[in-house]
Amino acid sequence: MNDTTAPDTDNSVVIELIDVNKWYGEFQALHDINLSVKRGERVVVCGPSGSGKSTMIRCINRLEHHQRGQIFVDGIELTDNLKNIEAVRSEIGMVFQSFNLFPHMSVIDNLTLAPMLVRKMPKADAEELALKYLERVQIPEQAYKYPGQLSGGQQQRVAIARSLCMQPRIMLFDEPTSALDPEMIKEVLDVMVELAEEGMTMIVVSHEMGFAKTVADTMVFMDDAEVVEIAPPDVFFTKPESERTQLFLNQILTH
Amino acid sequence: MNHAKTSAGTDLHHSPPPTEKVAVLRWMRDNLFNSVLNSVITCLLVVGLIFTLPDFIKWALFNSVWSGDHEACRASMGACWAVVGEKHRPMLFGVYPYEEHWRLILALIIYLSVVAATLTPAFWNIKILIPLWIGNLAATLTLMWGGVLGLSPIDTSQWGGLPLTMVLFTGTVVFGSPISVLLALGRRSHLPGVKSVCVVFIESLRGVPLITILFVAVNVFPLFLPEGLEFDKLIRVMAGMAIFFACYQAEVIRGGLQAIPRGQIEAAEALGLSYWQLMSRIVLPQALRICLPGLVNHIIAAFKNTSFVLIIGLFDILTATTAVMEDPVWRRFFVEAYLFVAVIYFLFCFALSRYSRLVERWLSEGRRF
Amino acid sequence: MTVKPRTTAGEHVRKGDTSILNSLAFRGVAYQIILAIFVILGGLYLYINVNANLERQGIATGWDFLTENAGFDIGESPIPYDSEDSYGFAMWIGVLNTLKVAFVSIIFASTLGIFMGIARTSKNWLLSKVASVYVEACRNVPVVLHVLFWATVVRFLPAPRQAFSPFEGAYLMNRGVVFPIPETDPAYTWVGIAFLFGVIIAIFLGRWAKRQRELTGKYIPAFWWGLGIILGLPLVTWIIAGAPLVWDMPELKGFNFRGGMAMSPEYAGLVAGVSVYTGAFIAEIVRAGIQSVPHGQIEAARALGLRPGFIMRYVTIPQALRVVVPPTASQYLSLTKNSSLGVLIGYPDLVNVGNTTLNQTGQAVEAITVMMVVYLSISLTISLFMNIYNKIVAIKER
Repeated sequence: MNDTTAPDTDNSVVIELIDVNKWYGEFQALHDINLSVKRGERVVVCGPSGSGKSTMIRCINRLEHHQRGQIFVDGIELTDNLKNIEAVRSEIGMVFQSFNLFPHMSVIDNLTLAPMLVRKMPKADAEELALKYLERVQIPEQAYKYPGQLSGGQQQRVAIARSLCMQPRIMLFDEPTSALDPEMIKEVLDVMVELAEEGMTMIVVSHEMGFAKTVADTMVFMDDAEVVEIAPPDVFFTKPESERTQLFLNQILTH
Repeated sequence: MNHAKTSAGTDLHHSPPPTEKVAVLRWMRDNLFNSVLNSVITCLLVVGLIFTLPDFIKWALFNSVWSGDHEACRASMGACWAVVGEKHRPMLFGVYPYEEHWRLILALIIYLSVVAATLTPAFWNIKILIPLWIGNLAATLTLMWGGVLGLSPIDTSQWGGLPLTMVLFTGTVVFGSPISVLLALGRRSHLPGVKSVCVVFIESLRGVPLITILFVAVNVFPLFLPEGLEFDKLIRVMAGMAIFFACYQAEVIRGGLQAIPRGQIEAAEALGLSYWQLMSRIVLPQALRICLPGLVNHIIAAFKNTSFVLIIGLFDILTATTAVMEDPVWRRFFVEAYLFVAVIYFLFCFALSRYSRLVERWLSEGRRF
Repeated sequence: MTVKPRTTAGEHVRKGDTSILNSLAFRGVAYQIILAIFVILGGLYLYINVNANLERQGIATGWDFLTENAGFDIGESPIPYDSEDSYGFAMWIGVLNTLKVAFVSIIFASTLGIFMGIARTSKNWLLSKVASVYVEACRNVPVVLHVLFWATVVRFLPAPRQAFSPFEGAYLMNRGVVFPIPETDPAYTWVGIAFLFGVIIAIFLGRWAKRQRELTGKYIPAFWWGLGIILGLPLVTWIIAGAPLVWDMPELKGFNFRGGMAMSPEYAGLVAGVSVYTGAFIAEIVRAGIQSVPHGQIEAARALGLRPGFIMRYVTIPQALRVVVPPTASQYLSLTKNSSLGVLIGYPDLVNVGNTTLNQTGQAVEAITVMMVVYLSISLTISLFMNIYNKIVAIKER
């Protein structure tokens, strides 16, 4: 449900997390998370594993649900209201660490499934859309292959194209390159850089600091279920405010 | 002949391995006499076979009587296959009118062809299978029931033998399968109410013998219905067997569902698919492929279970045979008669189990279907 | 330092749905309530119909019939019963008869199955093929046919006077199977006690030996010692008691045999049919279990220098057992349920007795309920033990 009445101003906040808390049983995964993302902003979230980064972005499209606090996407509050969840999910595309392509369907079927079922697009239109995005990610020739026949980098690019086919206004990336062999990381990052340059609002959980330096507007450091620091990259990498941030950067940047 | 070279450059002639001159002897040495214990076992088995096999072959083939009457059979020491020749019609077709047997045979041919088609992956498309089976059921039921197209009507109480077995089997599988999918999904539900109802239902029915379910179908179902409403015994029995089948099948499907990685569901949810959309397009197609061998096993069991209707008086092929064997004149030749029926069951079940192994091989090869 | 966002919460144009009908929590509760209503209403509807129909047909309801005089005889029973006893007692006899069949058949089926399963994995081609023929032939034929076949075979055995005798004292005839058993002697109680003692001693010996090995590294073959004690202690007791062994031999008196232990033709047929059928399935399970242990593990164990006995005990059998035990337990359960085929050949198992009760009293609902409850209890008990077993042996995974 794209709201076309509100103008797309540069400064409108599209995602807002207010005092968000989440527990898995006794274990607290998110503690008083506050974050806001503007339209067109590129946010890179980093931090040690188990810090809650994935949990946080999965709460944004309700793959996980938060127990306390509020999450607003494009003005709609995320509760367990089905209509709102559907509305939010149609705005947001998600790319997973393990690609999660549907192995029993061809690449083009993977891409056209949601537009046909959810947006009720006719098959021909959906296929045209799919081929267009496959070209964007530079693998149009793989359209009729099956995911098992593609390399990891190709599969992840297909996954990106699959999300793009729903024409989301926001893209979430959950460690998109962590499961890839080193020589394939670049092809995926290149696609993501292009997306960023076209003005897509992005939240990326990643360890790829090179990418972050190139593309990010805002760096977010999370540790132990909390947001520790939010700063633009130039400040973040050179003069981080928190000691924990500095510690993390030391560990990660010595590679 | 290989002419490899050593690092010094001299020739290495690879010599052939030591073998028996005759391949058969080599095979025997490797497979029958490869250890002291095995040699002893082989000798014992061969001795045993020498004692029993010739007698059996004499009984089954050489001394057997293939046609004629019971007098000839009584006189000979061999197998009386004449009993099959004499009685195969009532055994196979029950009390169905003699002149109309051709309808049953035609129906059987149509039915078996459609089953064979259903098993080939080329036909695995809902758009093909559903019309195919609707056509199949329409054709076979019309042939068997009659009443239209100039065929004389024949009531279900006269259906018997192999066609009845097939009807029971088909009804069980066709009605039981959708129920089993619903039960499996219900059992995996996050809603405790739905889950517990399904668990109780499945576990109760799996814990009781099929006979008791058939008793319920015959004796108790009529009590459930308001006065005046009656259901044909055959339909009631089919319902009971379908539900029983569904409970076992639900467990197999549940195993398949558990094998699907959560990421598949998450990706589908992130794309905005609804529960039923993602179940029918993403999860179930993958789950059913995974548990296909287990599914086929239960289908084989369902075929064998049709024989239980003997206890409640429906005339499947086994009941028909026992009824036939009441004939005092042919009674003593029960071995041949039962062997005949056993062979029919064996052919069907064995073919299906071979098919199941074929499917397992396809799955492990990653073949696309 | 927590960073506060530029709060725009208050500035949000509250878009979005607020209807409770779309709340997931609400829908979940609603579905369950609807389901509950269906189940309850459905149950009530059936209950009302059943009562109305029973009244119309003049059939009694309630459980009083269980104390009523049964009025029918039961062909065989492990404890004394006559037609003066109640229906409830008759059903209990049925349960005992069922257990009698199940117990003996489980032993036969397991022996057959284990032997055939191992044979199928043998490197001897002939042995493997013979076992395969047995397994495939028996698995693909319905159990009903097996039971019918064997019951008919027994019925066509010769009369007692021409009974077939496989060995001294044992006779197969159309009246059943008889074989000699030792006459009871007071000494046997002592032998039994000695056996129990032997088992206890063997267990403690095993524990002691294990601790010794852990402390000193010395290996004591406690297994063989234990076996010797379990077998030897009763044997010694028996010898001391004067080695009493008098066989109660079946003898032909008139038209039948007296003495020895007898199995009715129905019992023999049922046990034979069910054992042969289930044995084939157990054989497959055993084969799968043996083949499930990755060969690499055996090789690794050998490379570590473990002797074959240890490899069997610590590597092969524990892993094979994990694969074998659950499906075998479910086969035992199937076997017990298949014993209900007694109703077909006249063996008075629970279903047979229940069926007679049902026919005589007309109280189908109650009779069938009793049958189902009994089988369900057996089944749930076995499931419970299975779950406990699975939890104990589960391989811990991340």
